[in-house]
Amino acid sequence: MLRNLVRLHSRVGHALSPPIVCPRSQALKLPLPLLSVNSKYYSIITERKKFYEDVSISHGEAGGMFEINLDQRKLKTPGGKLFTAPNKALAIAVANEWDTQKDTVKFYSMHMTTLCNTALDNPTFRSKDQMITAALKYLETDTICYRVEEPPSLVELQNNEWDPVLNWIEDRYNVVVGSSTNILGPEIPQATMDTFRQHLGSYNFWSLTGLEYVITQLKSVVLAFALIDKHITVEQAVLLSRLEEEFQIGHWGNVEWAHDVDLYELRARTAAGALFVHFSSESSTVKRKLMQD
Amino acid sequence: MIYILLVRTQTSQSNMASLSSPLRICRGILREIRAIKGPEYKQSLAYNYVLDQFRKNQITGERYCRAQEEALHASHSYLCLLTSTRQHMALYDIYHGKGQRDTEEMAGIVGLRLPTQPGGKGWEK
Repeated sequence: MLRNLVRLHSRVGHALSPPIVCPRSQALKLPLPLLSVNSKYYSIITERKKFYEDVSISHGEAGGMFEINLDQRKLKTPGGKLFTAPNKALAIAVANEWDTQKDTVKFYSMHMTTLCNTALDNPTFRSKDQMITAALKYLETDTICYRVEEPPSLVELQNNEWDPVLNWIEDRYNVVVGSSTNILGPEIPQATMDTFRQHLGSYNFWSLTGLEYVITQLKSVVLAFALIDKHITVEQAVLLSRLEEEFQIGHWGNVEWAHDVDLYELRARTAAGALFVHFSSESSTVKRKLMQD
Repeated sequence: MIYILLVRTQTSQSNMASLSSPLRICRGILREIRAIKGPEYKQSLAYNYVLDQFRKNQITGERYCRAQEEALHASHSYLCLLTSTRQHMALYDIYHGKGQRDTEEMAGIVGLRLPTQPGGKGWEK
């Protein structure tokens, strides 16, 4: 229970506050058991009775943005802004999340909506540079770069699984990352940081939100890059991130209510982050070519 | 057991070829949508969009089409999102704490009953 509360706090209680529908609708009385904490600045509400039947998307007025309609009422972000998605794919993903809910709306399972809300509202008022600095800070303590010295089977496992990803990122970005077994972690040269900083600067604000989210979930910049560059799948990234945990599970056994819950939740969040970055940074065109015969 | 793990991962050498085939991913996504929506899943937004995207990306002039690979990776991620959310919620419903129960229910769990005093305790009005 405490862990869930901590997770709610880490989102600045933001994406988990209920979406505000149009002021015309009446205020809904929340049943008491579902209201966790009520504070002056924000309320941490984890669930809410489902108050709509149909979910649909529509084109907004302002240039190409898509809006979500819950039963004719437009969805809004926790900050009060109108919810707009920059492209159709993202809008459909969010609409599907709302559609998935039965009886109660469980905000903690709606990861795409959470990400969109954060990108739209920017509740902590961060700039692109701040986000890039925060993201790169994870590199100094990157999971992939921290190696153990014993037991030997774990050392071997880490070398076999993590070294290839390290080699890939060093080739792809022409940098030096390296791994280390000492407590201070690897020495990341400034040139590497500069290259990554420049690369991250090429992403727009929405993509950066998603990317930082993925890095925070996987606890590794290297893995996040490998996932975003579509070198590995989500399941592989999660497995590599939890390598030592999987090793221990293989040795001591699996505990469903802890290990599996963590695994599925991590997968869901990482998949949502990766998808969010993909949708925010893509632009699709259709080139029609005539068949040559 | 660790060697099963090593066989499972295949990360570095894995390239796009080791991803599941588009057909399997498409079927997986549609199955998830059906699990969510029930009988009228064919009218849902997601269903039509997903099918549309798969059809559009099928035809390409290149031998190695980057856009196609990217779309495949995105669809794989979406399938992972749908399945893991469903599995997480299933486990959550089973294992997550229900919050505080009322005293009578709590007593009932350990096999006790709350005491009753028909005449009242004497200090009620």
